Amino acid sequence: MIETKKLVKRFGLKTILRGVDFSVEPGEFVALLGPNGAGKTTFLRILASLSRPSLGSVKVAGYSLPNESAQVRAKLGVVSHMPLLYPDLTAEENLQFYARMYGITNFGPRITEVLGMVGLENRRRDLVRTFSRGMQQRLAIGRAVIHDPEVMLFDEPYTGLDQDASEMLDEVLKSVAAKGRTVVMTSHDLARAEDLATRFDILSRGIIAASATQKDVQKTNLLSFYKQALVD
Amino acid sequence: MADTTKSPSLEKQPMEYRPSFFKATMAIVQKDLSAEFRSRELLSAMLVFSMLVILIFNFALELDIKVRQSVTAGVLWTTFAFAGTLGLNRSMAVEKDRGCMDGLLLAPVDRAAIFFGKAISNLAFMLIVEAIVLPLYALLYNEVRIFQPSFLGVILLGSIGYIAVGTLLSAMSVQTRTRDVLLPILLFPVAVPVLLASVKASGGLLNNATFAEILVPLNLLIVYDVIFIAVAFMVFDFVVEE
Repeated sequence: MIETKKLVKRFGLKTILRGVDFSVEPGEFVALLGPNGAGKTTFLRILASLSRPSLGSVKVAGYSLPNESAQVRAKLGVVSHMPLLYPDLTAEENLQFYARMYGITNFGPRITEVLGMVGLENRRRDLVRTFSRGMQQRLAIGRAVIHDPEVMLFDEPYTGLDQDASEMLDEVLKSVAAKGRTVVMTSHDLARAEDLATRFDILSRGIIAASATQKDVQKTNLLSFYKQALVD
Repeated sequence: MADTTKSPSLEKQPMEYRPSFFKATMAIVQKDLSAEFRSRELLSAMLVFSMLVILIFNFALELDIKVRQSVTAGVLWTTFAFAGTLGLNRSMAVEKDRGCMDGLLLAPVDRAAIFFGKAISNLAFMLIVEAIVLPLYALLYNEVRIFQPSFLGVILLGSIGYIAVGTLLSAMSVQTRTRDVLLPILLFPVAVPVLLASVKASGGLLNNATFAEILVPLNLLIVYDVIFIAVAFMVFDFVVEE
């Protein structure tokens, strides 16, 4: 579903990604872990067609980037630590806008369904600027799944959330993954990543330094695997 | 694993959603207008600024009626240009500050549709400000000739050119930390031809010039509009991509 080969990204003289080989099978939930500055967000932005690779090949849902970026975007949902929502529109108006941008014609029932999924049915007519950070993040997930994408990218979705909001987000993420979607999530929250993901890749200094499945990690634990990968 | 649990409300949708260029453009316009009419942040800033400039010029030129008549076009276009810059900065900053620009760029649409959506919204805001400022100007300066259709046509052509290049440049400047300073520095030199042509054409109309006399600035305005809309259409994708 996702495949990158020898992916390189440079900003001027600085090389952020140094030949990343990465692949994700359909239905997999991959947690992409790594220290700050490892290139996780840059990598996700390339997969999301928001950034152009300097070298190497990228394929998402069978389409190549950057040449078939519109086709990729039609199959992709992205949630970042910013909600990508308009504070002066209601929850419903935000979803209506994004439904139009994705070409969904009869969007009324779909919006009701999505708001139900993220638990915001009762707040549909409230302005987003009145929402807590946790509610905004749940609505952001609703925005990202409005077109029922095959691939979901989450860039540190837990940033700025308290415990209650994080637990609610866990449930929403599980329901998103339960629909058989392919998910790639970056996070610094190892405990949550361990609970949700089926595979763990460590991105360090611009390359995938280590990769392990959930079974592999169960033998030791994710923290020691992570630490070992960074040392190596 | 295939997606076997498709949402029932989406079953009748085509497999791949792609809105038309026009629908995507209009969705952005509708969103911008709805958000602005609710917050009124952008319009109120543009209006207050425009009124202050008109009032300051009114006091500065109070004693000299002849000078006042000859500078009408200049005063108006100075006001519109500065107020327009305020609007352009704010309009793009709203998209950037909460990451909404990424939300727009993630939609499976031709990115030129994003440019046209933002440009049409910006033009609508500028025209609203002009529609309020012109009667105020007529009242303060006792100048009713500004309501002739040809003068309003020049205002429209000038505004289109200014907004076309301004929207493109604000998409560039908003990605920098010094966006508030950078936009006027980038915009004014590039917008000089459209501002000069607008002042010349509107000044000529107010001073009863013949059509032949204002043909050159009028042609320049039309050519400028066409060129910058075409340039923006071609380069917007590269401007917004990392």
